[in-house]
Amino acid sequence: MKIMTLGWRLALTCCIVMVMCFPAWGRTIKIGVIGPMQFVQGKGHWAGATMAADEINARGGVQVGGEKMKIELIKADSNEFINVADATNAMERLMTQDKVDFVVGGFRTEAVFPMQDIAMDYKKIFIDCGAATTALCTRVAENYNRYKYFFRQTPFNDIYLVRTSFAHLAMAAAVMKKELNVPIKCAIVAEKAAWTDGMIKAAQATIPKLGMELVGTWQPSDKATDVTAELSAIQKSGANVVFTIFSASVGITFARQAGELKIPAAQVGINVEAQKDGFWEATKGMGNYVFTTNTYCRGVEYNELTTPFMDKFIKRFNETPTYTAGGTHDAILYALVPSIEAVGSLDADKIVAHLENREYKVPSGIVKYEKTKDGKPTHDLTWGPGYLTSLGVQWQDGKLVGVWPNKWKLAPDGPEATYKGIVPMKLPPWLKK
Amino acid sequence: MNILITGLITGSMLALLAIGFSLIFGVARIVNIAHTAFYMVAAYCIYYLSVRVGLNPLLSMLTAVAAVTVLGLLVYKFLIDPIREHEGAVLIATIALAMVFQEVTLRLFTGDYRTVDFLITGFFTVGGVKVFYQQLLTFGVVLVTLGAVWFLLMKTRLGLAIRSMAEDREVANLMGMNESRLAMITLGISVALAGLTGAVLAPLTVLNPYMWMEPLIIMMAVVVLGGLGSIKGSFVAAFILGFTEALVVFLVPKGAFLKGSVALTIMILVLLIRPEGLFGVSFEEER
Repeated sequence: MKIMTLGWRLALTCCIVMVMCFPAWGRTIKIGVIGPMQFVQGKGHWAGATMAADEINARGGVQVGGEKMKIELIKADSNEFINVADATNAMERLMTQDKVDFVVGGFRTEAVFPMQDIAMDYKKIFIDCGAATTALCTRVAENYNRYKYFFRQTPFNDIYLVRTSFAHLAMAAAVMKKELNVPIKCAIVAEKAAWTDGMIKAAQATIPKLGMELVGTWQPSDKATDVTAELSAIQKSGANVVFTIFSASVGITFARQAGELKIPAAQVGINVEAQKDGFWEATKGMGNYVFTTNTYCRGVEYNELTTPFMDKFIKRFNETPTYTAGGTHDAILYALVPSIEAVGSLDADKIVAHLENREYKVPSGIVKYEKTKDGKPTHDLTWGPGYLTSLGVQWQDGKLVGVWPNKWKLAPDGPEATYKGIVPMKLPPWLKK
Repeated sequence: MNILITGLITGSMLALLAIGFSLIFGVARIVNIAHTAFYMVAAYCIYYLSVRVGLNPLLSMLTAVAAVTVLGLLVYKFLIDPIREHEGAVLIATIALAMVFQEVTLRLFTGDYRTVDFLITGFFTVGGVKVFYQQLLTFGVVLVTLGAVWFLLMKTRLGLAIRSMAEDREVANLMGMNESRLAMITLGISVALAGLTGAVLAPLTVLNPYMWMEPLIIMMAVVVLGGLGSIKGSFVAAFILGFTEALVVFLVPKGAFLKGSVALTIMILVLLIRPEGLFGVSFEEER
């Protein structure tokens, strides 16, 4: 009797262990979410992906042929800010150990290049939700058979990013001319990093063409904790506009110290730290009137998908989505899943063939993948009114508001873009004295 | 004027860090690579206490310095003391310790950038140069601290004992001094100086878990340039490198990011000419 009892107990234990090990009996679609998970970019990747996966699973999963499959997310910390090798290891693990079907994420170009190669080796679709370098998509056009599994979801490429920033600069200059009636003198301040080199050259060539005088270029370290020397020199140069190119902590230092010292120049350009809700607190309110490019802004609506997405995200995470969050969300919900359902299979080649020809709406505009002049797919994003434009946002008295595009045209005879919720740009009051 | 002010402030910060590092090396031959990690821990303590808990910023600073000092003493007792005789092992252990501090901070506070409030807001203008009151306060605190360290070392019995130990450990031992206890006290002072640097710098900087690495390199450059273990050498070298950094920023705006590299190049050049560092010999004689 005792032996029988023991046998039954063992059998019961085995059953429990099996149930615990295999909670879902049906096959799931495994999506790897790769990013620097201890940093805001990676946290955004994960938040956006979980929101999309939860929404799809709540409605029963993905219809793959005759089968409903749920989405299972696998988190992979690329630690790419610190060590690119960690990023390649994380991608390798997703391929070999976790055996994912798709991957979304990535942030630093230096890490995304090797991650891209690993994903292509395994013929897995990898949707980039962070790196802007054009060359990532040039590879698709140049070697389609190898790189066709790579797509960009966000942001649009660095060439368009620069053009957007120049549009912001032109608008700021127009506001200054109208309100102050002064000649515009522009200083370029860019952190020392590989990604800023091309932008500095482009800015140096373009700023005079926009009718502004270029008074100098400053390049502090991306981790500089004191830029008072640079600020003194900028003030001495007579600059009344500073074109910023920052992605790291120097963006906080610069904005905080410039605000504290009341440097009489408007800050316009890219300041990744200024895109975050925490910027106001990080600069102790000194970041007022800082203008930066951004993807989402509370109160600004690209289309009918924007507000429901923003409201849901803010309700769940209590913060405005970053572009990496919007990217992974859109990559899963609007890019992958509809294509999987349309082809009725997880076959990467079939999905690529379907996805690359689609034009679909996302909360930040309309995605259409570009082709080269000779018709080769690049899987890069189309930029401009009617597609993706991003926003120009400005801190105004503790609130981040959208100020661009405001009746913006890419070409004189092209369509005009203004989104719902856009307000006029403001100049710092100390600039008017 | 800008170069003078920036150089003085940068130099005094470096001096505060480098003197603490030099002190423990000179007395106990402990190469504490985690020195700047203690500075990072102090800065995060202040952030936690003043921003998250809402404690008075000044009280937060004092608490942080005390907490970091206690942490340093515990580290000495349980990590460094058992392996003290093996300098290489101490070096590796303190590297590991710094990494542990970094990872724990990363887990607790994530990689997001943090800032703390200025104790005094606003600025004044000297010779056309805008200077934050906070920078002035920081400079004052650094001067007072350096004066206090000088007084402790030169005018007190404890200072005499520390200097004796630095001069000759064996003789000091034979004279009845408790070498281990003195080393522990010195490490406490050294870590307190690192904590104090974190405290006075926290309002002027942006906090992240990797903030200990950059000052570590410059601090090592200061210590090697001044002469390893020489407090006077560290003091002078800190201001040399502080002014060098300021000169680079002002004279080569596009090359402002090169200030660290220029400082390290000067260190290498000095080492090629005087391997013992600028004040190595004179300090040995002085000791």
